[in-house]
Amino acid sequence: MLGRVADQLYWMARYSERTENMARIIDVADRMTLTPQTDETRQSAWVSALEVAGAQSGYGEKHGDINGADVVHYLAMDPDNPASIYSSIRATRENARALRGSITTEMFESINATWLELQAMNTDVLRPGARRDFFLWVKDRAHLFRGVAEGTMLQDEAMCFMNIGLYIERADCTARLLDSKYHVLLPASEEVGGALDYYQWGTLLRSLSAFRAYHKIYRDRISASRVADLIILNAQMPRSLRSCYDRLSETLEDLCGTGAPECQRLVGRLHSGLRYQRIDQIFATGLHEFLTAFIEGNAQVGQQLARDFMMVR
Amino acid sequence: MPKTKFFNEMRADDNTVRAAYSDIARWLDSLPEGHLGIKTEEAELLFRRMGITFLVYGREGSNERLIPFDVIPRVFSAPEWDLLSKGSIQRVRALNMFLDDLYHGAEIVRAGKIPAELVFNNDYYQIQMHGLDVPGGVYAHIAGIDLVRVSESEFYVLEDNLRAPSGVSYMLENRAIMMRLFPELFNDNAVAPVDHYPDELLRNLRAVAPPGVGEPTVVLLTPGAFNSAYFEHAYLADSMGIELVEAPDLFVRDSRVFMRTTEGPQRVDVIYRRIDDEFIDPLAFRADSLLGVPGLLSVYRSGGVTVANAMGTGVADDKSVYPYVPDIIRFYLDEEPILNNVPTYMLRDPEDLKYTLDNLADLVVKEVHGSGGYGMLVGPASTKKEQEDYRARVLENPSGFIAQPTLSLSTCPTYVESGVAPRHVDLRPFVLSGEDVTVVPGGLTRVALTEGSLVVNSSQGGGTKDTWVLQE
Repeated sequence: MLGRVADQLYWMARYSERTENMARIIDVADRMTLTPQTDETRQSAWVSALEVAGAQSGYGEKHGDINGADVVHYLAMDPDNPASIYSSIRATRENARALRGSITTEMFESINATWLELQAMNTDVLRPGARRDFFLWVKDRAHLFRGVAEGTMLQDEAMCFMNIGLYIERADCTARLLDSKYHVLLPASEEVGGALDYYQWGTLLRSLSAFRAYHKIYRDRISASRVADLIILNAQMPRSLRSCYDRLSETLEDLCGTGAPECQRLVGRLHSGLRYQRIDQIFATGLHEFLTAFIEGNAQVGQQLARDFMMVR
Repeated sequence: MPKTKFFNEMRADDNTVRAAYSDIARWLDSLPEGHLGIKTEEAELLFRRMGITFLVYGREGSNERLIPFDVIPRVFSAPEWDLLSKGSIQRVRALNMFLDDLYHGAEIVRAGKIPAELVFNNDYYQIQMHGLDVPGGVYAHIAGIDLVRVSESEFYVLEDNLRAPSGVSYMLENRAIMMRLFPELFNDNAVAPVDHYPDELLRNLRAVAPPGVGEPTVVLLTPGAFNSAYFEHAYLADSMGIELVEAPDLFVRDSRVFMRTTEGPQRVDVIYRRIDDEFIDPLAFRADSLLGVPGLLSVYRSGGVTVANAMGTGVADDKSVYPYVPDIIRFYLDEEPILNNVPTYMLRDPEDLKYTLDNLADLVVKEVHGSGGYGMLVGPASTKKEQEDYRARVLENPSGFIAQPTLSLSTCPTYVESGVAPRHVDLRPFVLSGEDVTVVPGGLTRVALTEGSLVVNSSQGGGTKDTWVLQE
């Protein structure tokens, strides 16, 4: 397969996954603002959403003050924001258009239909009463992307590069979402482990589709260390870091066979940190520090993949 | 506009339906009110969903547009097609021999059949091709012959496209969409299939691989996703099962061309290129080109790779060489041309120039190097002011222009706002050369959707139709 094609497959899958993740990021911030709280803490939820999305400076330049409706629009529909849902769907579709010869007709048509539907929407879909439906639509389309890929594509190299893109992007977003809790203010009157704290962790779980899973596994009230345990170390949770890296290293093994490029070593190192650490060790070094290092390492894997396979010069 | 009698392909002068269209006429009569409108919308939706679009460049960056599709097919009878295909094949065979001769001694020039300066001073004559033997002596592997019909039996060639003719994906997709929208039509009519075109193309491309290559690797070289014909490039690569490469995917090493794959370099033997000569190799042509592959030309010259179409074919489809094609056919094949050439006035000739300027209102005047329907004057459809402006342009550089009589392009029934009405059409069949010279039974019919318009180019508001060849 052409190196450029591998690169485009990888990015197409990343962008598609990013649309879903961005919908989750906005959704969690939106829900966090709904509890009784001060304006300051409400604002901090939006700031944290911008932070997680890496869109703080871009938003600042365009809008200045933090305002819920503006943040939602900037993250969801603004074509000027390269990380917005709009931009990511467009980028998915641009890659798909360039890849027509390498993906199935069904894949292209599904991605193209998403793009056409998005273009037919107006900012009305972001009204407070409507936005949750919009986020659901975004998630549905991303699920469809993976379903069509799974159901129509050959299980070959192309699929490997798409899966690699998917897991790297998903791991990145999960780590960022979990870290966002670190940035959200807890009012001075609230205790750690109090009602609002509890509510914030619960929202985070919901945004990762993990609320029920949490209760099924722990059968206990929500605590920070158990949430972190679930989101970082649990191998059965589809969006956990551990799960992403289990599948990433599996895919790399399929792809590389007996060869062992540098990226495989980098993945192995991060993977073992997820397999052989306990959550209290992670808390001892600091959750924020752990997540920051993970996000950095995950980005390095992406860069190394480009060097190893995509003949990026 | 003068009253001209146009040949109506469906109906004879007494309004009776011609034999080839009998089923189409019955079908049109049987359709309930509004049916064609609904089907037209359905077709548009399908084209949009499948992303069959072309890019239009404008101030707002690039825009994806659909080429309008007309749901009423254009029909040729078997004998009509026999004439068209034989005539197109004859032309392409002669033009390939002409190119081979031009780059190997130019016997035809020495025989005095064509002026030397017309060939050797031509912008498209590639000195790098001089003395180079290409596999099978084939230069134009893919040719698109633009034809118009003026009467029952008279067809004229407007242009031979020998560089990188496009539009074949529309021939294929138009058929696929028609079969999806109107399957019943295909039960009643024995329409010759066209969907083997990609197989035919691949067979011919493999046949011209450098000698000694067992299983040739063929690739399609595209300028990239922002090219207006990108859909077609991807479509053809996909249907042939070959890699769609951009120039940075290719590189030259040890006098061979390779592509960068995830498993390292892989050798490439045949390049079906859809980029122009001057962009193909920045070392040999334009140093500022980002599209090319450095060193490709030297590999090509040493026989390490085949490029299709060959470089330097533009000299044979140039408008200034066009008037000589009938003589070219006679010279190499010793046959009479089957298809007519449009009488052409060369404005570098003072007599022709005078005649043209005296008759601007009746003639079509074109730039020698123009294409796409831009920069031409259609005399009968132009205003006095447009004629005067054009006269000034011609006088600045007469040798940059040719003139032809306005042809009475035939009409076909077409679905337009007011219902079904005749509109002017042309035809581009695609001729393939390699192992042999063939043409799939069909082509791209372009239709001028505006009433009375003779300009069928998609860049000027033209649409397309499915083109049927009935089997006997």
